[in-house]
Amino acid sequence: MALMTIAEALRQAIREEMRRDPRVFCIGEDIGIPGGFGGAFTVTLGLSEEFGHERILDTPISETGLIGVAIGAAMAGLRPIADVQYGDFLFCAMDQIANQAAKMTYMSGGTVKVPLVLRAPVGATGRGAQHAQSLEAFFTHIPGLKVVAPATAYDAKGLLKSAVRDDNPVIIFEHKLLYGSKGPRAERGALSPVGEVPEEEYLVPIGKGIIRREGKDVTIVGKLLTVYRALEAAEQLAKEGIEAEVIDPRTLVPLDKELILDSVRKTGRLVIVEEDNYTGGWGADVAAMVAAEAFFWLDAPIVRVSAPDTPPPFSPPMEQFYVPSAERVVQAVKSIL
Amino acid sequence: MNQADIPLLELYRTMLTIRRFEERCNYLFMQGRIPSTLHLYIGQEAVAAGVCAHLRPDDYLFSTHRPHGHAIAKGVAPRAIMAELYGKVTGCCKGKGGSMHVGDVRVGMFPAVAIVGANAPLAAGAALAAKWLDKDRVSVCFFGEGAANEGAVHEAMNMAAIWDLPVVYVCENNLYAASTPFFKAFKIQNVADRAAAYGMPGVIVDGNDVEAVYRVAGEAIARARRREGPTLIEAKTYRLCGHSRSDPRTYRSREEEEEWAKRDPIPRLAGRLKELGLATDETLERIEQEVQALIDDAVRFAEESPLPDPEDTLKHVFWSEEG
Repeated sequence: MALMTIAEALRQAIREEMRRDPRVFCIGEDIGIPGGFGGAFTVTLGLSEEFGHERILDTPISETGLIGVAIGAAMAGLRPIADVQYGDFLFCAMDQIANQAAKMTYMSGGTVKVPLVLRAPVGATGRGAQHAQSLEAFFTHIPGLKVVAPATAYDAKGLLKSAVRDDNPVIIFEHKLLYGSKGPRAERGALSPVGEVPEEEYLVPIGKGIIRREGKDVTIVGKLLTVYRALEAAEQLAKEGIEAEVIDPRTLVPLDKELILDSVRKTGRLVIVEEDNYTGGWGADVAAMVAAEAFFWLDAPIVRVSAPDTPPPFSPPMEQFYVPSAERVVQAVKSIL
Repeated sequence: MNQADIPLLELYRTMLTIRRFEERCNYLFMQGRIPSTLHLYIGQEAVAAGVCAHLRPDDYLFSTHRPHGHAIAKGVAPRAIMAELYGKVTGCCKGKGGSMHVGDVRVGMFPAVAIVGANAPLAAGAALAAKWLDKDRVSVCFFGEGAANEGAVHEAMNMAAIWDLPVVYVCENNLYAASTPFFKAFKIQNVADRAAAYGMPGVIVDGNDVEAVYRVAGEAIARARRREGPTLIEAKTYRLCGHSRSDPRTYRSREEEEEWAKRDPIPRLAGRLKELGLATDETLERIEQEVQALIDDAVRFAEESPLPDPEDTLKHVFWSEEG
């Protein structure tokens, strides 16, 4: 076992997959420039020294172009890991993601595969409205994409390795406050969880969630940073004798529905917490799924804790108001007990 | 390239197959046999034929919302294309694609991309893969002059140039982006002039002269096979039909259409074949009959093929080894 940050775990996953398979390569902006950053959050730092600049391929600032090139390369037999510096930039390349990558297998009648990995940082971190959004719901809505959201170093490595080996486009959302980026790329106020990562080969399967804390009174589903907010809330609630079960789905598409449903059948109560906006958020879909499939086990209304329906604000007190806190999760749980 | 090296009779057969295929499509569409819409390629056949004659089945082709001609020239079976237009399960995309997405990866043609300009980065990406994995495989991307103003095209051409990718961009300038004339969308006279800004060769060719297209495409594709980088070809041509179904073409004059009809690439090539002594009227008539028989067979195949099971909708969202 080694202790690693998420950035280090992702880097290790990329290194192992690139050593294993010569078709795997990284493509993105500022990912391998000598003297540069190793991507916006240091994930690819140092990789060009081992793999060279053909396989750690720096691009112009061209999100449509670089993601389109990655898709075309995947269609023709390579296994690209493309990244954008901030998830918000995915909107620049929305056609390539939504119309090309997601639909190519379908439009071809199942004869073309697109083994693409697309990495995107999300989360509000003092950068204002265009470098802060939690975009997961835009992509979980598109048939043909798999969407994963690792919250620990172990999962980050295992899921990225699974994504590289998957024959479908997989988007990995990574939270900026969880990376543990160091040096000049360190994030103020970051949580930077350090986790144990096995030395030996392992994969985390796409489509399997995990119970982060067991409890019998209420189920709290979080993802990325809000898994930690949910765990903090559970800790506070435990002091008052309330046992919350915290679920981290890890994969958003395909969703481990049974894990969530089984938990709700046990606790009878559900709180969903995410950093996305309220309307049309990923949590709305989870709420609808549970309402449809476990309605008679519910003892109270489902409650959603999310950002409000505003763009992410800049000023720290407003940003703190915007991002769901552990206190808001505690209040939400108490409102249905 | 010597005159004798240009396979003019084969090019004629390809062009005539495209023309007759599409005339039949139009007829079947009017009869209500083919659902949805059609974007016909009538008048531009020399471009597809002249370019694709240089391609091997393992070379990559990326097409547009107007893909039937490219598909036929690349070797997709007319039966499979026609069945796809009918929405039949035997279609080249099992009925999941339709007219705007025909393709068959077994002959190197990916499903055509119907978002204007969006195929340009994909073609660059396939060229990147070809450059790494293969000795001399190339990627070709067709697009209209309307697409040349899309950001995706600019981004892709820049990347193709900086990485010397083995891709040939073929702009079919048919003078109208749907109804919008060229001069309303460009301050310059030639799309190919932009090649200099990307740092790649730009070549202008008469797209209604298949010999000229064949020569220019041959050089560009050979350059890509030698791994010397991309080329932008602009083929000046004209869509002799409407943009899509029920286009009355009131945005252009009948006089202009008549002028271009005189430059129709197929009669032009027929005349050239006779002039060079490569064909007689009898030869051309025999090709005509063989092409008609091929189209008849494609239509019969499409008519007789089954429709998909409605629940096939749920298949192929994700890749499966079982297909």
